[in-house]
Amino acid sequence: MAEDQDVVRFQNVGMRYGLGPEVLHDISFRLPKGSFHFLTGPSGAGKSSLLRLMYLAQRPSRGLVTLFGNDIATARRGALPDIRRRIGVVFQDFRLIDTMTAMENVAMPLRIAGASEAQVKEHVPELLRWVGLEDQIDARPPTLSGGQKQRVAIARAVIARPALLLADEPTGNVDAEIALRLMRLLEELNKIGTTVVVATHSEPLVARFKHRRLHLDAGELTALPGGGAQAGMA
Amino acid sequence: MIGHRAILPLSRDPASRFLPWLIAFMVWLAGLALAGAMQIQTTSDAWVKGVAGRLTMQVVPAADESAEALEARIGRALALLRETPGVARAEAMPKEAAAALLEPWLGKSALVEELPVPRMIDVVLEDGAPMDTRALGARIAAQVPGTSLEDHGLWLANLVTLAGAIQAIAFAIVGLIALAAVATVVFATKTGLAIHHEVVELLHLIGARDGFVAREFQGHAFRLGLKGGVGGFVLVAATVAVVVYLAGRVEAGLLPPIALGLAQWAALAGLAIAVALIAMITARLTVMRALARMP
Ligand SMILES: Nc1ncnc2c1ncn2[C@@H]1O[C@H](COP(=O)(O)OP(=O)(O)OP(=O)(O)O)[C@@H](O)[C@H]1O
Ligand SMILES: [Mg+2]
Repeated sequence: MAEDQDVVRFQNVGMRYGLGPEVLHDISFRLPKGSFHFLTGPSGAGKSSLLRLMYLAQRPSRGLVTLFGNDIATARRGALPDIRRRIGVVFQDFRLIDTMTAMENVAMPLRIAGASEAQVKEHVPELLRWVGLEDQIDARPPTLSGGQKQRVAIARAVIARPALLLADEPTGNVDAEIALRLMRLLEELNKIGTTVVVATHSEPLVARFKHRRLHLDAGELTALPGGGAQAGMA
Repeated sequence: MIGHRAILPLSRDPASRFLPWLIAFMVWLAGLALAGAMQIQTTSDAWVKGVAGRLTMQVVPAADESAEALEARIGRALALLRETPGVARAEAMPKEAAAALLEPWLGKSALVEELPVPRMIDVVLEDGAPMDTRALGARIAAQVPGTSLEDHGLWLANLVTLAGAIQAIAFAIVGLIALAAVATVVFATKTGLAIHHEVVELLHLIGARDGFVAREFQGHAFRLGLKGGVGGFVLVAATVAVVVYLAGRVEAGLLPPIALGLAQWAALAGLAIAVALIAMITARLTVMRALARMP
């Protein structure tokens, strides 16, 4: 696949938080448009940190990060919001706004993008129904269970049909049945062209869905334990 | 603001409770300084208008001079003044007028009658006539000894300088209060950013432009500023009303008339709008600067 088809490209990327030690070392990979990857590795390996680089919450301390063909080190600051709007993120800690209803939380990306009220009224309840939250449309996050919050977070990440979806442990708090349902939602999006990265600890999930996999260990992309195939290495 | 529904619950922040009060207090102080400056302007304008084009000649009684001799000297000075080109009128003020001027200090007593009080001649110049008052005074003093011509311009100029200095101080006070208001709003906005850091970061990460986030804060700051500004204006109005009332009870003549015109009330009301705009712009710049530091 041509390089300009890559949604994400990392070349020799290193990252540290502030003045701390480097938590990611020499990361190189590329995610072709429409691909689906699991991001695996032990706790503290740097999965969330890698995702943070991809959704522009963090800048690399060295190396090159390219999103949708834009080198983000040289991109104009004014261009970054448009890049971010093409990325949907499910945060590991959800980051829902406690003072807003599920409906308003999910509507947020649409409002930021300037969508009409009619679009919001049409799409948001439909999506909330899809993730099984039709009864919680007007509930605020503090009254929701962990799994319900997670589903609101996923709905918010996908409502604006992002080109790149980054999910950090999106099924960590739900039962197996809902986990499958959410995975199917991500696969639906993937089928219509969304590039998906799912960070997870769950080996059963990885085993069940045959997708390529990026494996991190101690801040480095490594071959899988046991010599399994690893796709996407640049 | 318009077309922008509030995302951050800023109105529940502690700053939302104290900021209007602080701003009201600042607007009250600034409003009083401004009202004072405007009152001084009115008074000094009235002085200038009242004495411009007027001169006063003093005729000082000599020791043991008889009343007739004094009247004769006054008469000669009057004649000389009246034949001077550019002098419209010259009138001797009666002796009682001088006594009346002294009455508040000396009381109504026969003593005043006995005092060798200087006599005054009120001189009105023709409009716009150029007049070398110093030369005129010297000429008359040469012919009628014991006279001196006083040009109000001199003490008036000093008064106007004084009024100007007081006004400059008042405006400096208003400026310093504006700076204090800016600092307060910066502090309140930074506190708000800290309280809502997570939501602000979320908005930033899902693609909100800096201006979108700033609108949350600036709209809120404008409303708080306007609240405080209106409150402060009410305080100013009440204070001015009390001062005007009290000034009205003081004997006429001791104080210049105290009152504010429509334009001056408008300027004071403008202070309320100005502080709201200052709050809005300050909040916007504070948020934009904070967001510029985000990745
Ligand atoms: N905000 C931060 N500041 C400093 N260090 C951090 C920060 N976030 C993570 N780290 C460090 O970076 C390393 C990688 O953490 P990261 O959260 O990316 O791991 P992870 O693979 O997502 O772990 P988990 O599976 O537990 O979520 C860890 O050593 C962690 O201590
Ligand atoms: Mg993590």
